[in-house]
Amino acid sequence: MHYYNEEDLGRFGEIAKYKPELFEKFLAWYQACQEEGALSKREKALIGLAVAVTVQCPYCIEAFTNSCLENGSNMEQMTEAMHLASAIRGGASLVHGIQSHNAHDKVSM
Amino acid sequence: MQTVVQITRNGKTALPNSPVSFSEKLGERGLFAETIDTLQVNVGKLCNQACKHCHVDASPARTEIMPRKVVEACLKAIRDFRIPLLDITGGAPELIPDFRYFVTEARKLNANIVVRHNLTVMFEKDQTDLPEFFAENETEVVSSLPYFLQQQTDAQRGNGVFEKSIDALKRLNKVGYGIDERLVLNLVYNPVGAFLPPAQSAIEADFKRELKQRYDISFNNLFTITNMPIARYLDWLRRSKNEESYMQKLVNAFNPATIAGLMCRNLISVDWQGNLFDCDFNQMLELGVEENAPQTIFDFDLEKLKNRQIATADHCFGCTAGSGSSCGGTVA
Repeated sequence: MHYYNEEDLGRFGEIAKYKPELFEKFLAWYQACQEEGALSKREKALIGLAVAVTVQCPYCIEAFTNSCLENGSNMEQMTEAMHLASAIRGGASLVHGIQSHNAHDKVSM
Repeated sequence: MQTVVQITRNGKTALPNSPVSFSEKLGERGLFAETIDTLQVNVGKLCNQACKHCHVDASPARTEIMPRKVVEACLKAIRDFRIPLLDITGGAPELIPDFRYFVTEARKLNANIVVRHNLTVMFEKDQTDLPEFFAENETEVVSSLPYFLQQQTDAQRGNGVFEKSIDALKRLNKVGYGIDERLVLNLVYNPVGAFLPPAQSAIEADFKRELKQRYDISFNNLFTITNMPIARYLDWLRRSKNEESYMQKLVNAFNPATIAGLMCRNLISVDWQGNLFDCDFNQMLELGVEENAPQTIFDFDLEKLKNRQIATADHCFGCTAGSGSSCGGTVA
């Protein structure tokens, strides 16, 4: 038994079971966000993959990997996007080190 | 008309295992030809390459080659019925002995000619003058290049294919292909894996930019083609455990708007022995044309074939997914 099952991605729609109107709203929003706009579908797929890796969602990682490929991206481009997101995440942690400096400075002579 | 395909591959059906039948999706309307403006002739399975996704199972080991009498029958059909376009495919069609005869004779009949040219065959014995031959006969050249990078191209078409393909494209450019408006050079993208192709216009722009910047190569159009779940590609889907998810993907992406533009509605496919099929894919599945229609090029009759019912099976989802797929790219 493990918590993540590949098949569960295909069952996403079952979330509508107890609150269909909210899921419909979510789905409309989610799909609209991925349509071609000021950003291309490819750019959006790369953003999606980067965020998916950052939030460590295996379903989203699989879905957006496929979406990137189906929008013509290659692994070099996708890896750059994943590095950027991960670096931001790392940087976001590291910048909190300044809090530590502040705390240190406050109590130190 | 959903047809039962009898042939098998490695002990399994030659058709993919689909969650929904194509005929069910198609509904009662069925699928009928509208005209025949293209004679697509598969002159044989001999090829200098053995690509992983090849629906023909072509390779250097294959011996099926169209004999002269079938070539003559194709030419007769073009002449008698004024078929405007001859689309020659294989294998590597250039490797059959009568290839150049076929092209030059068809040219005399004023047929437009498309050759599905794999690029690397240009470096085989006695083939180095192919660019000049194509140019003299003003044949349209359509060549597969699955991606503008080496890794993806070689992964699908074999080690070293990318580098040779780039050299071949430069040679085609040198005689004017992709530059002179009379000499059309179109490329074909197909996914290197179990996913659908990108939007044709978007990936065409990428190919044009990257090939120009990296190699100073020009071409006219890029056609995106969906991988058809039959033959070697189906073997790969099964081995890699992608058959179920790929078929689900094709079914989910079924687009009724593609039906009107499907290539089977305006072409007829001829195999190396002269048998007639609704498309090159049906040819490989030995799924012949409607029973009451002429069965071979020797008794070709446009009137009796142009409104025939198309034989379909679950592999047809490959042509109806998303923006659709044909030998000329998207259809919707």
